[in-house]
Amino acid sequence: MNNTNIILVLVVLTNLKLLGSSRLGASIRVVAMQGVVLGLLPILAHTNELSVRFAVLAAGTIALKGIVFPWFLFRAVWEAEVTREVEPYVGYVTSLLAGVLILAVSFWMCERLPMPETLASSWLAPVAFFSIFAGLFLIVSRKRAVSQVLGFLVLENGVYAFGVGLAPHTSLLVEAGVLLDVFVAVFVMGITIFHINREFDHIETNRLNTLKD
Amino acid sequence: MGLLFAMAILLLGAMAVLALSRPDRNVSWLGAGSVVIASVLGCVPVIQVLSGGSIEAVRVPWPVPYGEFFLVLDPLAAWFLFPTLLLSALSAIYGVGYLRVWQGRRSLGPVWFFYCVLVLGMMLVLLARNAVLFLFAWELMAVASFFLVTFEYEREAVREAGWIYFVATHLGTAFLLVFFLLTARETGSMDFTVWAEKGIQTRGLADILFLLAIVGFGTKAGFMPFHVWLPEAHPAAPSHVSALMSGVMIKTGIYGLLRSLTFLGLPPLWWGWLLIGIGLTSGVLGVLFALAQHDLKRLLAYHSVENIGIIALGIGVGLLGVSTGSPVLMVVGFGGGLLHVLNHALFKGLLFFGAGAVLQGTGTHEIDHLGGLLKRMPWTAATFLIGAVAISGLPPLNGFVSEFLIFLGAFQGGATLGAAGAVPLLALIAGLALIGGLAAACFTKAFGVVFLGEPRTEHASHTHETGWAMRLPMLLLAAGCALIGLFAPFVVGALQAVLENTTGLRREVVRVNLAAAAGPLALVVIGTVAFLLLLVALFLLRRGLLAGRRVEQGVTWGCGYVQPTARMQYTASSFVQPVTTLFRWLLGTHRRLQRPEGIMPANASLTTETPDLCHGNLYRPGFLKVNWGLSQLRRLQRGPVQLYVLYIAVTLIVLLAWKFR
Amino acid sequence: MKPESFIPLLLALMLSPLLPGVINRTKALFAGRRGPPLLQIYFDLWKLLHKGAVYSRTTTWIFRAGPMLGLAAVLTAAMLVPLGNFPALIAFPADFLLFAGLLGLMRFFTVLAALDTGSSFEGMGASREVFFSALAEPALLVALATLARQAGSYSLSTLLGQVAGGHWLHLGPVLALVMIALMIVLLAENARIPVDDPNTHLELTMIHEVMVLDHGGPDFAFIVYGAALKLWLLAALVVGMVVPATGAPGLDLALVMGGMFAVAVVVGVVESVMARLRLAMVPQLLVGAGALAAAAFLLGLK
Repeated sequence: MNNTNIILVLVVLTNLKLLGSSRLGASIRVVAMQGVVLGLLPILAHTNELSVRFAVLAAGTIALKGIVFPWFLFRAVWEAEVTREVEPYVGYVTSLLAGVLILAVSFWMCERLPMPETLASSWLAPVAFFSIFAGLFLIVSRKRAVSQVLGFLVLENGVYAFGVGLAPHTSLLVEAGVLLDVFVAVFVMGITIFHINREFDHIETNRLNTLKD
Repeated sequence: MGLLFAMAILLLGAMAVLALSRPDRNVSWLGAGSVVIASVLGCVPVIQVLSGGSIEAVRVPWPVPYGEFFLVLDPLAAWFLFPTLLLSALSAIYGVGYLRVWQGRRSLGPVWFFYCVLVLGMMLVLLARNAVLFLFAWELMAVASFFLVTFEYEREAVREAGWIYFVATHLGTAFLLVFFLLTARETGSMDFTVWAEKGIQTRGLADILFLLAIVGFGTKAGFMPFHVWLPEAHPAAPSHVSALMSGVMIKTGIYGLLRSLTFLGLPPLWWGWLLIGIGLTSGVLGVLFALAQHDLKRLLAYHSVENIGIIALGIGVGLLGVSTGSPVLMVVGFGGGLLHVLNHALFKGLLFFGAGAVLQGTGTHEIDHLGGLLKRMPWTAATFLIGAVAISGLPPLNGFVSEFLIFLGAFQGGATLGAAGAVPLLALIAGLALIGGLAAACFTKAFGVVFLGEPRTEHASHTHETGWAMRLPMLLLAAGCALIGLFAPFVVGALQAVLENTTGLRREVVRVNLAAAAGPLALVVIGTVAFLLLLVALFLLRRGLLAGRRVEQGVTWGCGYVQPTARMQYTASSFVQPVTTLFRWLLGTHRRLQRPEGIMPANASLTTETPDLCHGNLYRPGFLKVNWGLSQLRRLQRGPVQLYVLYIAVTLIVLLAWKFR
Repeated sequence: MKPESFIPLLLALMLSPLLPGVINRTKALFAGRRGPPLLQIYFDLWKLLHKGAVYSRTTTWIFRAGPMLGLAAVLTAAMLVPLGNFPALIAFPADFLLFAGLLGLMRFFTVLAALDTGSSFEGMGASREVFFSALAEPALLVALATLARQAGSYSLSTLLGQVAGGHWLHLGPVLALVMIALMIVLLAENARIPVDDPNTHLELTMIHEVMVLDHGGPDFAFIVYGAALKLWLLAALVVGMVVPATGAPGLDLALVMGGMFAVAVVVGVVESVMARLRLAMVPQLLVGAGALAAAAFLLGLK
């Protein structure tokens, strides 16, 4: 139980760090760390029913979220070779405060939602919601395409954490499906970013608006 | 009844100054004298009621429809009357000195007339128990203060400020009118006592009434975003009037809110949240905008918004206590808010007096033009310093005591309540701590730049200390700030009657909870005494150490630069630059920068200006739209008489059709 | 008032100048230098107390009163902070508010004394000092609110002991967050890296050191001693959270003193491995500390 809580606190910390950090590279590393930490979640959350299933899931998650995705993203940043700043619409300090607000709202919501009894930790649902909302916030509030991919990953991490916490009830198939989705998404986005760069020499999504005609 | 007598004296004094007023005659002592006598007379019953004496009431028929001349002096009214009377008297004495420069240039009769009427209006507002009488008094207060604000009506800016105030206060009154009409319809009476007995039983209506009261009374009190008139009106008014308006007149809004809470029955949880939200917004934004100002009186006006926010936080804690059934929170929250009403009256009055003395001595309230005034105005500086420490909520002065109570409530609620109560209180703790820190930043700026260092311009280098008429009120208020800090447990004990009155808790419950709050304060006082003793010891130690050694005078170390000038000193704008940069998205500070150019740069300048957020972005566009909409109506007015007759005929027909439908 | 409640005050008075010594030694060790003696601050104080003074003609009584007021405030604050299992001399509900208020008072007058000199360098330091401490204060109080909620008590002397005594087992992560937040506050309030660099001799980059540039003699001794005390008191808060009561006073004392010096070593290590942050980044760090404390509060709600 306690191990799960430590992991969840680390997830909260990584999300806050992500909201407050200005460097793309640092952000990618933080998301990678979050992926690794979350990869350990299935093993630690269900210690009493340790099985190959969980081990495989953990290994797959760590490999994908901790290594493959970050590698892709780093490549995208290197290829793009523009400034390494996140370029936010909303300042870092404000983002941090917004993060705390989101956390409070998540706790408040989860107090109201009916939750299954068997959750691995009482923090699991709020932290999962926090990740989802923090991911959405990142997507909305950052200019760079890479940041938006990161936001998407954080969002998915939230869904994943919730799914793993519920694992005995839900089929892991769902999880695998989500992972696959994300993989495809990152792949596509990575390629897109790369191409945006090739065509326009910058990767700021707000400038894509000019393409609409 | 002493208060009726006091009001009669005020009325007589007002008539007398108007009758005797002539440009060459000094009527100041007459006006101020009647205010002081009225205050002393009024204070007797006020203190009696506060110390647990019987509640006094007067009922006289009044020929106005639904109106009745019905006055009651209960503890809540008495608690607000006390600072009102005190500050009115001190401001009057100060005003005698402050207005002396106008002697001979201007007839001072009208200003003293309106001053007396304003004091009378405030007393009536606090005492009235009939809705019509209350609104009458409310208007009396608004109109009198409008004429006081526009004292220097020759100046365009002052007239503009006056109109903003006039419009804002009447918009607030419009909300109050609806509030009173709805309450009267529900209860079938115009009597506050009946309203309090019956209470509003319909939940939805109570919610609407609460919101109406927040807007209506909040406009007078200066809640963000209804505060726009404060930073305009306070700098425009003569300083003793600013002190009175900022110190006590805006508190009538708080009084009105507390009074209406007694009509509205059990508050739901969100009322407390709303007040905490308003308090945090007003507090944090108020102090941020204060930081960005470099007009001393405008800065102080924004601090009034901040302190009203702190009072709202206290009331919010109290409301959360009512909703969650926690007497501790009720007593500590309402108690902290009410005590801050008194404290703010003291230190804000003091600070406006200080600002007035600076204005009179130097002719400017532009902070960046001042500097080094401590050497020339030692008394003003010392008292201003006490006010600055007090308003920053630092021990051992009174500001700390009331903030301590509010914090105490927040910590206790934060530790015991469920998430719905604890999370807002956590926000309160963080917010109030930030407000305190930023207020300290703002007042180190204000005091440091105005009174310390070297004079920055000619304005500041030829000034003189003020006369005794202005100095005495400042000294008394400074003493008040220190005494409340030193006798905090007793002052908190004096809240007993007013808290019974406000919360409706039993005497014993209030007493026990007040004692629980006074206990820590007693130890705070012990800490304060220890601090003062240590200070004396260190003073003696330092004197002993330096005795017989070489103590030299030199120039300030300029880090190697040999030709420093006074203009190189840090200014108010540069002092707050880190904050204004961090919050620039909120403050919207305009910068006009002329860079130094060329090999021998000659002219370079930087001007910053931080206009009000709501004034520029919310009200001005809104009013322009309204103005445009109303100007469309002009099309109706074409000129030919036939058309007007047609209007009348159409109206008649429509009305008849409506009647016989 | 028990006799052992004098222990925290006495130890603070006697040993606080040792902490900067330990920090400097740690830094010297990292840099491969021998470093100043551990007792260097005592020597400095002794020397300063025996000097005369030079005052700028611009200054007024504020400049002379600043160091006295500051030291008196922090000495009073020292009566409020417990040391491990030893309660403070004065303890009452929400005594940390007085503690924070006294530190605020100390800062207020240090800043005014700096502005009194009319030097733009000192104005610069003063401006940064008030700004950063305004952001550090919410973090401190939110952290304490979290601890108060977990311990169910409001006095430093009881809540720290209760937290250290039993809550780490089931609330480890929450308390760890609070501790990180408190450490950041400690670094910021005491003008250490990564917020301020106590060692540079470039006035433009400093905060605390530049504010006291014009002070000398006994006045400066008061300031140096006050700064050491402040560091000691904030370190005592952090240590108090961790070191549990064993029941044996001797062992308690040893543990707590070990903890205090451990904090000093940690500060020294941080100073050795980190660079000072850009000034524009400092607000982020401090708001981050507040965010950590608030997150801890929320996580501790359940």
